Amino acid sequence: MIRLDRMSFTYDGATRPTLRDVDLTIDEGELVLVAGRTGAGKSTLLNAFNGLVPHFTGGHLDGSVSVQGVTTQEKPPREFSHLVGVVGQDPLAGFVTDTVEEELAYGMEQLGVEPQVMRRRVEETLDLLGIADLRDRALRTLSGGQQQRVAIGSVLTMHPAVLVLDEPTSALDPTAAEDVLATLARLVHDLGTTVVLAEHRMERVIPFADRMLWVPGDGRVVDGTPAQVLAQLPAAPPIIELGRLLGWDPLPLSVRDARRAATSVRAELDASDSAVPRRDPGEGKVLLEARGVVVRYGQHVAVREVDLALHAGSVTALMGRNGSGKSSLLWALQGAGRRQAGTVLAGGVETAQVSRADARRAVGLVPQTASDLLYLESVDQECGAADDESGAEPGTCRTLLDRMAPGIDGTQHPRDLSEGQKLALVLAVQLTAAPPVMLLDEPTRGLDYGAKSAFVEIVQALAADGHTVAIATHDVEFVARVADRVIVMAEGEFVSDGPAVDVLGGSPAFAPQTAKVLGPRWLTVEQVREAVAPR
Amino acid sequence: MASAATAYFLPRDLHPAAWWVWALGLAAAASRTTNPWLLLVIFGVACHVVVSRRPDAPWALAFRLYLYLGLTIIVVRLVFRVLLAGGQGQTVLLSLPSVPLPEWAAGVSLLGDVTAEAMLSGLYDGMRLATMVICLGAANALANPKRLLKSMPSALYEVGTAVVVAISVFPQLAESFLRVRRARALRGGPKQGRMKALRAIVIPVLEDALDRSLQLAASMDSRGYGRAGRDSARTRLLTGSLMVVGLIGVCVGVYATLDGTTPRVLAGPVLAAGAVVALIGFGVAGRRVQRTRYRPDRWRPAEVLVALSGIGVAVVLFTTSSFDPLDVNPSLSPLTWPPVAVVPLLGILVGVLPSFFTPPPRAPHAGQVQPFEQARLPVGEGA
Repeated sequence: MIRLDRMSFTYDGATRPTLRDVDLTIDEGELVLVAGRTGAGKSTLLNAFNGLVPHFTGGHLDGSVSVQGVTTQEKPPREFSHLVGVVGQDPLAGFVTDTVEEELAYGMEQLGVEPQVMRRRVEETLDLLGIADLRDRALRTLSGGQQQRVAIGSVLTMHPAVLVLDEPTSALDPTAAEDVLATLARLVHDLGTTVVLAEHRMERVIPFADRMLWVPGDGRVVDGTPAQVLAQLPAAPPIIELGRLLGWDPLPLSVRDARRAATSVRAELDASDSAVPRRDPGEGKVLLEARGVVVRYGQHVAVREVDLALHAGSVTALMGRNGSGKSSLLWALQGAGRRQAGTVLAGGVETAQVSRADARRAVGLVPQTASDLLYLESVDQECGAADDESGAEPGTCRTLLDRMAPGIDGTQHPRDLSEGQKLALVLAVQLTAAPPVMLLDEPTRGLDYGAKSAFVEIVQALAADGHTVAIATHDVEFVARVADRVIVMAEGEFVSDGPAVDVLGGSPAFAPQTAKVLGPRWLTVEQVREAVAPR
Repeated sequence: MASAATAYFLPRDLHPAAWWVWALGLAAAASRTTNPWLLLVIFGVACHVVVSRRPDAPWALAFRLYLYLGLTIIVVRLVFRVLLAGGQGQTVLLSLPSVPLPEWAAGVSLLGDVTAEAMLSGLYDGMRLATMVICLGAANALANPKRLLKSMPSALYEVGTAVVVAISVFPQLAESFLRVRRARALRGGPKQGRMKALRAIVIPVLEDALDRSLQLAASMDSRGYGRAGRDSARTRLLTGSLMVVGLIGVCVGVYATLDGTTPRVLAGPVLAAGAVVALIGFGVAGRRVQRTRYRPDRWRPAEVLVALSGIGVAVVLFTTSSFDPLDVNPSLSPLTWPPVAVVPLLGILVGVLPSFFTPPPRAPHAGQVQPFEQARLPVGEGA
């Protein structure tokens, strides 16, 4: 159906091709999972399927890409719209109309589909994706998961031969991502839709993927069954890492498989008592103390009389569903967000009553869209401005940045950095003011496995330096690796607060994969690795 | 018979163009009179129809703003009459000291005697303008402006899409502006100069907007925007000139119709000719388009009734104003109570018919409640 024949692609101004001599055939009814680091060429590969690469992006394409016999050289992307449906990362950015029903019909209007057929397909698609009750809603008022399902629906109504999704869940919280992935599973299982999917939450998709492509970043595309390809991936989901560590063959692809394979190991680990005891999060000096914090927006109470103490050397994770008050709490603690009642003392100052520059020296905050803080043309200028703003020695910011993410070219534009490098830069900018307290709002969004591991080390180094770090996040595996203390919020209140092992291990909602396979005491693959190392 | 009535009155949203024709009819009628009674009745008619037929949608709530705008127009008119129009008329209501302005503003003096004639003429003028604005507000409240863009002739489809996309950019810009400004406070707030601080906000906001537009363009391209047949250069030139000529004709015609002093040849005939030329242009341009419409608004008897009732009001006022000008434009000297003229009054009441003889708007959909999934626990990465 889709054929790539010795396809090579080089972006304008790039010295080497992003993809080189790729031969690939995608057949009807397959679910193909595409893996690879960000920036390795996944999107380039996917966008080549309908001609957006190179028609839209520019660059040079050798060889050929053809869909049902028509090559992308012959026609522009719009002539492939009935063959290849493309769904991007940010659904809102791709919407053309403003209500659900009109958005579903938009593509068909362009194709000139008969009105009765359009009407029928819209109704069918609304039901298929479970969004019938949203039909009249304005697209902007939908939650992220609903928006992404509408985006999928808006290409499905054109009945494309192939559905191409480029990291459809990377901008979503886990609940929304679940919705979208469950919808995809349904399309694949019940309808046999051909789907090509790039996805960093691989573990959700692996069980029903027929094939896996790995784009390592050197121009190759590795093609094989999921088990074959996963064995080669440098950074993989915990379950795969566990399988590799314990030498399971074949590699387990789902929690179910892994639990069955783990029976003997589980008994062995239960007998050993070497589950690494973590630091007690409450033993360091109190660096930030908040009492009776209240944040409300009109009638809506976002944070309800919360008390919180953060201790030196500890990493605290704030978890809870969207809208449970995590972000509002972080902004209120920093003093830049609103706070109607309560006190926050950090470094001897009340954070809401000092100037922004002084509050910054007491408490640093990295917001959800970290790049909002960057506005200059190069990394060096950003670092210089940061030194200036915080009255630090020139070079402070750059030194911090080099410690966290070595080897970033100072003349690069911040926009051209990878997500992980951007995060490190913003963190360095905020750390230049040397705040003992660092707050991070959803830092791991859009980070791949490799970047996430690097970020875990950065956070651990900060804590070891005597900082206290609080992170609002949905990412359970990240929390399992990095946090000493976990607080779960709901409706603006703390519903549980305790050491990570206690809060995460036993919870069905928050348990990391390792705990699901091996029991509540084992949160990460590293713990297991240390426990089994002597053998 | 009863079943026909039931079918006729099934709740649905009427064609937006019908409401616009109705509202423009009322506004044109208002433009022809300064009789406060007639203006009040037009205003009442517009309000009645809005209250009984407006859908429960965000754009419909803006009607209140138009009311405030109307009130502001009247107040501003009166204030200016007090400030500037000193000395006209005989009936002095209030004597204020006159402030002559310097030489270069010769002939103008501030304040002075406030006369009933000046105030009344200001009031009537203000009421006329306010009523016209409120009529347009009524159209906005009754018909979704974006749906109006959608029901444009297919020749203008591309333009319509561009306008819709442009409109949706503004809330996005406002959103990212607020977000970036909030984030800037985290870097210590504005320590640098004003220009630099502004730049620190504007650059990320514009980057955001540019990113989104590129993504939107890619998405539109891959969903087939613009694939419906391309015209040859010659047809494009032909349709372009037909439309421009036609629209100029329509503009001249409308102006002449509304301004009673221009030669009548420029009114009806030019308007009609312009409309015909423009329609031919649309027809030629639309012929090659292979695009379809999803659930287009249809023009049915109720729409005809709405449009005709608006046109009727305009026609009655235009004819009576040439028969009996004093009824529609009451005299200010000598100062008299404005007459209550029966014929124009009844004519205006035709405009209220849509309140009773059109189907009610569709009820808001059940899906307006908060989605249930917001209430679920987040499930972990590997759940």
